[in-house]
Amino acid sequence: MSTKKNHTKAFFKELPRNVFSGFVVSLIALPLGLGLAMASEAPPIAGIITAVVGGILVSIFGGSHVTITGPGNGLVGVLLVAIAALGLQGAYAAVICSGILLLLLGFLRMGKLADFFPSSAIQGMLAAIGLIILGKQFHIMLGNKIVRDSSVAYLLEIPESIIGVFAYRDKGLIYAALFGVVSLAIMIFYSKIRNKYLQLIPAPMWIVLLAIGFSYYYELILQQPNPIASGYMITGIPAIGTIIDEIPIPQFTAIDSWGFWSSVIALTLIASIESLLSIKAVDMLDPQKRRSNINKDLKALGVATIGSGLLGGLNVVTVIARSSVNVNNGATNRSSNFIHATFLIIFIALFSTQLTRIPLPALMAILVYTGYRLASPTVVRKMFVIGKEQVFIFMATLLSTLFIDLISGILIGVLTTFVIHMLLNRSAGLFFRNIFKPNVLMYMENNESGLDNYYVSVKHFCSFLNFFKLKKQLDQIPEDKDVVVDFSKCGFVDHTVMGNLNDYQELFMKKGGHFEVVGLDMHGTDSKHPFALRRILPIPTVISKSLTRRQMALEELAKEYQLQYHREKHKQFQAIAQFHYFETKHIDYIYHEFYDPINDLKLFDIVYSEGALMAKENVRSTMVTIDLAREIPSFTIDKEGFLEKFYAIAGLEDINFENHNDFSNRFYLIGEDEQAIRAFFTDELIHFLESNSYYHIESKGDQLLIFYKERLASIKELKALLDYAKRLQHIILRTIIRQH
Amino acid sequence: MNVANSPHFRPFKVIGIGATFSPNLTANLSEAARLSLFFDAKLVVIHVGEASPDKRQQFEAILSPFVAQGLCFECIFMPGKPVAVILHTTEALKIDLLIIGALQRENVLNYYLGSIARKVSRSVKCHILLLIKPSIKRVACNHIVVNGLENPKTEQSIHIACYVGAQLGASKMTIVEEIRHQEIHVNVKDDTSLRRATIVREKLRRREDSRVQNIVNAIPKTMKSQMSINTQSIFGKRGYSIGHYAEMARADLLVMNAHSKTRFWDRLFPHDIEHILTELPTDVLILQ
Repeated sequence: MSTKKNHTKAFFKELPRNVFSGFVVSLIALPLGLGLAMASEAPPIAGIITAVVGGILVSIFGGSHVTITGPGNGLVGVLLVAIAALGLQGAYAAVICSGILLLLLGFLRMGKLADFFPSSAIQGMLAAIGLIILGKQFHIMLGNKIVRDSSVAYLLEIPESIIGVFAYRDKGLIYAALFGVVSLAIMIFYSKIRNKYLQLIPAPMWIVLLAIGFSYYYELILQQPNPIASGYMITGIPAIGTIIDEIPIPQFTAIDSWGFWSSVIALTLIASIESLLSIKAVDMLDPQKRRSNINKDLKALGVATIGSGLLGGLNVVTVIARSSVNVNNGATNRSSNFIHATFLIIFIALFSTQLTRIPLPALMAILVYTGYRLASPTVVRKMFVIGKEQVFIFMATLLSTLFIDLISGILIGVLTTFVIHMLLNRSAGLFFRNIFKPNVLMYMENNESGLDNYYVSVKHFCSFLNFFKLKKQLDQIPEDKDVVVDFSKCGFVDHTVMGNLNDYQELFMKKGGHFEVVGLDMHGTDSKHPFALRRILPIPTVISKSLTRRQMALEELAKEYQLQYHREKHKQFQAIAQFHYFETKHIDYIYHEFYDPINDLKLFDIVYSEGALMAKENVRSTMVTIDLAREIPSFTIDKEGFLEKFYAIAGLEDINFENHNDFSNRFYLIGEDEQAIRAFFTDELIHFLESNSYYHIESKGDQLLIFYKERLASIKELKALLDYAKRLQHIILRTIIRQH
Repeated sequence: MNVANSPHFRPFKVIGIGATFSPNLTANLSEAARLSLFFDAKLVVIHVGEASPDKRQQFEAILSPFVAQGLCFECIFMPGKPVAVILHTTEALKIDLLIIGALQRENVLNYYLGSIARKVSRSVKCHILLLIKPSIKRVACNHIVVNGLENPKTEQSIHIACYVGAQLGASKMTIVEEIRHQEIHVNVKDDTSLRRATIVREKLRRREDSRVQNIVNAIPKTMKSQMSINTQSIFGKRGYSIGHYAEMARADLLVMNAHSKTRFWDRLFPHDIEHILTELPTDVLILQ
């Protein structure tokens, strides 16, 4: 009984944070929803209906924690086909049927469905979807509405459209194209500028605000009509009353045709794959590292899709980009999804007329950018690093998706992968003989010391075909335990499995366990053995012979300050990953590491990322860690600004000191054990902090993390950082000694 | 039980081996003769085919060094269908343990049974020992893995395994209990259910452990004094994964119950022993 009470209490305590992140998410969901619906040739409002129904129903019935649901970009391609073949009302019927199928998948516990697809094939399919979105919207973004019957034709005509822009005579079109290009630039450069006030409003909303501001500027100040051609403005955003009055009636007339069911199957397949991948990726981002109940979530998505289809919306899927934003803004539970839906309703109710001031090219620029992220050249480059055969699988899937359709595309991808596996092993028998064998053994090793670590041994082969068997065993292990996965009896391990194991490794590391893969050393020398194995969990050693100027300066600095300097990239970041700051972030590697043996101080460049899949943003930064001899309280200090004041409202208490007004005003200090922190922050320490420039400082008890900004430091900044860290360490040591 | 507890416990009195003139003949016969000496049993060499002084001489030549150590053996020559002949002879001569040599797959460290051996091992009524790499010189048997399934036969299996271990001078024995997925009854879908499943599993593990421990305690000390006996619970496919475990633990001998059809799930069991027969991880002793 009391735990229940505690839950409610925690829920209300965390509610402000969730309201905040739900609000930020709704800012992206609004333009994206409109855009995705229009890209699928549905009325723009359908996207909003999808997000609202999805947000409300999935947050109530779902089994995941911090995911956001709404219209997905993966579905644009399928919906386009469905709407073209069945008409809008027929497509709604298909959406409803696919909702029923999703519900069934949930009941049949098919949450593992996504595990059966090789990851390169999925990448290829996503890239093809990206190209479909990009190809179609690119022309509208440049003010050139064209209609072609295949997505390839759209892509091939992109150069013509670009050249065509310079021949525009119509001023309306020029403005339209200009708006598109500016919006695209905002999307591209937004993530590069790391300013927290700018980042408070997501890029798509900046575009919307800019567009609406622009149109009001012309209307109210210049008293002129909007210069953008009227054909390139959003039309058909009804008021909320009209939406309810005009709920479309789905038409099930085509239910006996193959075309209908192929659409339904494609919708279900893509919706479930996109959702399952996103749920998995978001689970990795969740700071509390909770496990989602995937099948429950599938059921909820099914129910939401049925509801959305009935109300004139599209398929509801779990979306990664919006979910990443949700996590980054501090969401803790499903209520943020609900709130994002609520805000969308409010936006439509209050601002539906303002929304018609958004030019189409601006919205399409957002989509072009999402499409580009899905099909970006870095994806292909990564494939090349893993292995050429992965590129082949990727391209085979991509091209067959583009030229035939999605279902054939993914099927061809799966087949290609399988054939390649057989060719690589020069044996079909390995697969056919062993596919039904229970090839995974797990047991707990009883050591004398009483440690219970899990030992998992895999036999024969392990690829996307039978990974679910291994996964089933691995999912049984609590993530704070030690696991050894042994492949020494296994003749072949594919890229999909290695990628998934890498995810497990990270998950275990974050939850305090240890996940080790052994027995692959032999495979490299084994000529019959494949690819990727060593490359997928790499410590890249690509160091060019010639040093960059920064590297030379760093070497000099190391000499001057008598530090040990290691230029190589490495992955020993387990200790660092435990800092709060990295809770929602994924560390890639550390390089340019300086070690000061006298002060036990490390200075290094670090590469980490926020978000996942196509919403991933890489960040490089320079940081310092100091190992402390004694335990001190855990806390975080940062510059206090408008944002932190807002966080304070949202329930995170800033610890203020009565006799240090200046410090309390300018610095934002949080930590769990307030009493210990108060005792720890002596006058000397506070004066020191006050009189120096702002650094982000975090303590996790035995270690301090200090950095200046979320970017690499220049040599000068680096010296300042080093100096600051040393002085801070000095004062902290003195404080510790005095207090003991 | 009483007989088993007596110091003169001798489960294998007559040991049989089918002999054909293959490159493995010497190795197979040497292994069989050595085991007969260890178990103090009589060896019966069964040859499917007409008797001839030539063949008899060859057998005798191979076995002569063992005869010098006190081996007592007998050669049976009988023409007919191999499977039928072997089955018939085993019953007629009351053979307790039939030794069958396995074949090695080309180039791969994988062993399997020939078609005759497989048919014999399925229908024979006595204990069977499948040898994967018979050798002329003795290779010591150090580690024995025994199944500890919840089955009426398990008690006898563990007992015989101890006997074998004692006779062969093994230093280590591991009794493996298999914890079945279905028994956990909890579907792991999120953190809460995972925690619950972990608790249930731990409980099962303890239960299995104490069950096996009871069996071990009943075995006379003289039989187990020289061996360290451990228990190990594994999660995997019943019957199959124990072979996998034996392979991983580098066991020298795996002792298994043969299937009995007394209970419902036992009917599923032959399934699993088939798996072991297709990829013999180590020498396997199947006890009836």
